[in-house]
Amino acid sequence: MANLPLRFGIVIICGLMLVGLMAADTGVLSDKSPKKLKDTSNWPTTFGFGRTANKEEIAKWDISIRPDGKGLPAGEGNAIKGAAIYKLKCAACHGIEGRELPGTKLPAPALVSDTIAKSRPKTIGNYWPYATTVFDYIRRAMPFNSPGSLTDNEVYSLTAYLLTANQVIKPNTVLNGQNLAKVIMPAKKIFIVDDRKGGLEVK
Amino acid sequence: MIIMMKKEQQDSKGKSIGNISRRTMIGGTVATAILPVISSYTRYIQAGVPVIGSEPDDPTKKIGAGPGKLGKRSPFEQPVRKPSDISSRSPLQDFYSTITPSDLHYERHHAGIPSIDPNQYELLIHGMVERPMKFSLADLKRFPSFTRICFLECSGNFRTGKEELTPQDILGLTSQSEWTGVLLSTLLREVGISDKATWLIAEGSDAAVMTRSIPVKKALDDAIIAYGQNGEAIRPEQGYPARLLLPGWEGNTCVKWIRRIEITDQPYMTREETSKYTYPVNGKIRMFSFEMDARSIITYPSYPQKVERGWIEIRGIAWTGRGRIIKVEVSTDAGKTWGVAKLQEPVLDKSHTYFRYLWQWSGDATEILSRAIDETGYTQPTLRQLIDARGSDLGGYHLNPVTAWQIKTDGSVLFKPEALK
Repeated sequence: MANLPLRFGIVIICGLMLVGLMAADTGVLSDKSPKKLKDTSNWPTTFGFGRTANKEEIAKWDISIRPDGKGLPAGEGNAIKGAAIYKLKCAACHGIEGRELPGTKLPAPALVSDTIAKSRPKTIGNYWPYATTVFDYIRRAMPFNSPGSLTDNEVYSLTAYLLTANQVIKPNTVLNGQNLAKVIMPAKKIFIVDDRKGGLEVK
Repeated sequence: MIIMMKKEQQDSKGKSIGNISRRTMIGGTVATAILPVISSYTRYIQAGVPVIGSEPDDPTKKIGAGPGKLGKRSPFEQPVRKPSDISSRSPLQDFYSTITPSDLHYERHHAGIPSIDPNQYELLIHGMVERPMKFSLADLKRFPSFTRICFLECSGNFRTGKEELTPQDILGLTSQSEWTGVLLSTLLREVGISDKATWLIAEGSDAAVMTRSIPVKKALDDAIIAYGQNGEAIRPEQGYPARLLLPGWEGNTCVKWIRRIEITDQPYMTREETSKYTYPVNGKIRMFSFEMDARSIITYPSYPQKVERGWIEIRGIAWTGRGRIIKVEVSTDAGKTWGVAKLQEPVLDKSHTYFRYLWQWSGDATEILSRAIDETGYTQPTLRQLIDARGSDLGGYHLNPVTAWQIKTDGSVLFKPEALK
């Protein structure tokens, strides 16, 4: 049971180049054109079901953040504030300073690694290709027992703390909506887009 | 009763069936006895009920139980899923064909099953559209509807490592239903999707606010916003009241409890499509592996069953996210030679396909294997082929190796675990 764990694999990462990730539609979008499942020839232009959504209700649900930073809210945070929040709201599951101590098993993944070459666990430092994803995921889903409870400033601070702990940014960096998307993550260069399409080849 | 059932599931299988049978009989008797007597017919039924504690003997000599509001399984049949903290696995070895009973469909979620009032439910579609719109569940049901059968599978669906594994343990994170809903293309037509749109963001209303980036091409091809499963409303653990269904694609992309679709021109690189559901390939990390690769598993005979020498119908399921299964091959001599299995018709697009292969077992120790071939010509690889192609560090996603069962001379069946490196 040890080799392929029940909760999915632990992974070692080495490095290579990412090519054209943002234009990631090569494999998926370029093959055969869609087949029609329904004959719409006798359909009206619109059925008129549903209603127009207003800006307020769109804004309320539209929490996504793009890799280029679009969607990041106002506010800012730093690693010192983040460390205090982390200790209070995150460390119980993700470990003291984001690390799993030898011989222990955390209830949630370790978040910190020192270098890509030395680390076994998939962490923000060695396995997260975009810094914006850290903010987005913390804000939408963390803390696990109280999701969506953090202020935007708290999320900026936690993001700063975790990126600092992973040695991605300098400890005194103040993160905000302008500079977070500019952070280059160490793992970005090793991500590639699946280009398989079936056929005879095993890839 | 629930507590009793739980205790009994921990007992040995034979004992458990006996106990439940007896208690179910007692329960039925008591329930009948407290019904008010409203007709001579009712009195006749009550008179026919055996006294508490007696065993059923000749069913032709007693009136049976009356009709009820909900059907239930025979107390002699107790297929159950196998839950962990994060998922629950389908008992593949208990199925005779390819539709998974809804209560046995595998489940996987990231922050529990939300409780959603269907009267409050709305789906928002916005972004690169002419008219951002919200649709209630009733709105969704008014659109031209669509029904199809397809499998779902978690892309982390493969376990190995010891001989005492059942099909449920090895590959229980796949199931199949008949799904009904509205084609997503119908809704995108209604909101007026931009020609420049290439991706959409699908977002759930669970506590994970699960989010995935999906190419618009798939949305226009065969994506469904599903509200029906096997003829009734979809189950809460399957996304009630509505979910995204992307036939053939990894389960995580089929966002459950869907509340928002944002039309855009780029993937948003969410946590689930970057730091999860990705895997190492020769030192890189491969992402956006949407289609599930062809695979198969023999579900009979399998651990912990025992077989007798003579004729055995080997049975199993095969499936692919890239269209139809065109062939399943079975080996009964540890992979030296292969024969062609019979496929149960109809063989459906992106669906579990039941196969059968008749075999006369001599009683000698051997291994039996199956491999699936899909309409692209892809043949389910061996673990060795996957390691050769991807490197020795395979990770835990999109692994579809051929698997083998060992048949021992005493008829016992054991899984054949293979080293992953």
